[in-house]
Amino acid sequence: MKNFKKVLAVVMALALIVTCFAACGKKDTSNDKKDAVLKIGFTGPLTGDNAQYGLAVQYGAQLAIDEINAAGGVNGMKLELLYQDDMADPAAAVTGYSKLIDDGMKVSLGGVTSGACTAFLGEAADDNMFMLTPSATAVEAIQGAYAFRVCFSDPAQGTVSADYIKDNGVAEKVAVIYDSSDAYSSGIYKNFIAEAKVKGLDVVAEESYTKNTKTDFSAQLQSVKNSGADLLFLPIYYNEASLILAQAKTAGLNVKVFGCDGLDGLVSMENFDKTLAENVMLLTPFSTSATDDLTVNFVKNFKAKYSETYLNQFGADAYDAIYILKAAIEKANVTADMDASAICEALKKAMVEITFTGVTGTDITWGADGEPVKKPIAVKIVNGEYVVM
Amino acid sequence: MFKQKKSIAKATKNNFITYGILAVMFAGSLIWLESGAMPRQFTKLLVPLCTYSIAAVSLNLVVGVLGDLSLGHAGFMCIGAYSSAVFTNIFADVITNDLLRFFIALLVGGIFAAVFGFLICIPVLRLKGDYLAIVTLAFGEIIKNIFNIVYLGIDKSGLKIAINSSKYTEIMSADGKTIINGAMGITGTSRDSTFIIAFVILFITVAVSLNLINSRTGRAVMAVRDDRIAAQTIGINIPKYKLLVFTIASFFAGLAGVLYAHNLNSFSAGAFDYNASILILVYVVLGGIGNIRGSFIAAIILYALPEILRSVGEYRMLFYAILLIVMMIVNNNDTIIDMRKKLVAKLKKNKHKTTANEGGDI
Repeated sequence: MKNFKKVLAVVMALALIVTCFAACGKKDTSNDKKDAVLKIGFTGPLTGDNAQYGLAVQYGAQLAIDEINAAGGVNGMKLELLYQDDMADPAAAVTGYSKLIDDGMKVSLGGVTSGACTAFLGEAADDNMFMLTPSATAVEAIQGAYAFRVCFSDPAQGTVSADYIKDNGVAEKVAVIYDSSDAYSSGIYKNFIAEAKVKGLDVVAEESYTKNTKTDFSAQLQSVKNSGADLLFLPIYYNEASLILAQAKTAGLNVKVFGCDGLDGLVSMENFDKTLAENVMLLTPFSTSATDDLTVNFVKNFKAKYSETYLNQFGADAYDAIYILKAAIEKANVTADMDASAICEALKKAMVEITFTGVTGTDITWGADGEPVKKPIAVKIVNGEYVVM
Repeated sequence: MFKQKKSIAKATKNNFITYGILAVMFAGSLIWLESGAMPRQFTKLLVPLCTYSIAAVSLNLVVGVLGDLSLGHAGFMCIGAYSSAVFTNIFADVITNDLLRFFIALLVGGIFAAVFGFLICIPVLRLKGDYLAIVTLAFGEIIKNIFNIVYLGIDKSGLKIAINSSKYTEIMSADGKTIINGAMGITGTSRDSTFIIAFVILFITVAVSLNLINSRTGRAVMAVRDDRIAAQTIGINIPKYKLLVFTIASFFAGLAGVLYAHNLNSFSAGAFDYNASILILVYVVLGGIGNIRGSFIAAIILYALPEILRSVGEYRMLFYAILLIVMMIVNNNDTIIDMRKKLVAKLKKNKHKTTANEGGDI
């Protein structure tokens, strides 16, 4: 009996905690009921390995929505952000998307990562749901007339990188190290190689690693060294890049390093020797050190509200995505009483007509395929800061 | 003689309870689904629930009935998923009847997985215990990593396959259709998995498993599990039974993979990694090793739990972990099991009393 009381006490304590948290979770939805509300939702990895991307998108989008609501909303509507965790898993993304529909989402920001976004594309097609993903880069992620994106696609990044290196005479002999188990990395790699061939850029070494072997790069770096390359192209994420840079120094490899938007976040990494990243070049649509008013404001407000760790391209893309939606909603005259399908029809017409200037680019336009047309910005890391080249 | 008859009757009764639970769950879900009152989130959960239940039941055949710890079960799901999705994509325009094509896809996925299960079992047969577990783990990873680098497409001159993207772009003509796109997996597979088909397969899996356990073959397999040497001395052909169970389990895991592949717009081999195998093993362990009914009930509870916990927001996975620990303890702690048994006995006694009293009154 004594034991039973103990168990009961523990159970009751647990129940108490659960109700506390449940109450916390629900408080966001009890907004002002008087205003018409347009619910915008996304799924992303808010927990797990890729949480920094999902959280960055959540904060960036929330920041924009708060600003818009403070200024009176759009077309008399207040905006509300809904989000569900998908841990970058396709199956969880589909149920997360469905949960958002249950909660009354009318416009989707898609998925944060490519795999998740592609997974519920079919569902979105059935619903005729308008989708504007801030950060899913795979080509497949926006198949369908209802899907658009803010960032560059993987092929575009690969092609643009090869063009930039050749056209600006950055290097002649290029070596590549990429993650063959990652869709983002191998997508860029594939198109970089194809474009390099067209442009006559000499690719002297192609080395790869996988998710399970991403700690020791000595073999790959040795091969790069032997190939006599004068530039190392790294279409990968910054976690592995930081290891490669450190190991390259140990191996005595002295080449230029060029990367894509995955390297964004390198200098803000904890316990990373910033001198290693010195002179690393990367293509990114967003730089925290840009001096235009939009970026300065965004950076200031973001830092005031959220941790600087999440101030990266994903947050900027999401921030822009909300403002792009605002522009399209105003153009298409969307009202809160329209259903998701009608909103989709109106928005997809408006998307190809608007021209948008935000923190990730100026005068961005969209084609009917959903791809943004904008100029990439190449930056160089000097004294731990991005400097536009 | 009498005793044996009674024990058979008990097994039959037990099986009918299992079928009954399945039937009630099916009817309940179907009525809820058809009435349109089911939240969208749960409608999308039905097929995955069946998928993982099938995987758990089939793994239980290996772990519980055969007594070999396999850590590579998701690898067979992976083979089933890829082979069937490739089939569906190639024949998307040839066989226009979705149901027929999906039926053939199921066979393709199941048979491919079974063949690989058979082949992998041959080296595995030579090992026991921890060594066997590690080898199955390795095979699971090999399967996943091979699918991760494969590029496969179809154009006018036939199927094209390569294991790196630059080679693939060389041999593939521009107007061809890419099916397996390396690490990005397969996109655009026709979404043919429905709840009814998934449930029928789950039912078949459970029925085959139960019948296998209660058959002459099943008893031989369990004899191998309980005492290998004793089984050998009475002339049981150990390799034969091991191969049989392993192949059947792989076949059903393959079917689970087919359901998975035809439920999502896109999937990649990354979904079938070591963690997925462990997750299926967790279902089996929680449901009770060797307990078929427990496997699918545990799979359903544990797979649905994170989705139900979405209401607690960012604390979701924390709660999931805590609940998992609590459930494992409740199911395995001797003191708690004793308490549970006493409680059940008490309830039964009370019930007997009341029925006896009622009888007395009349």
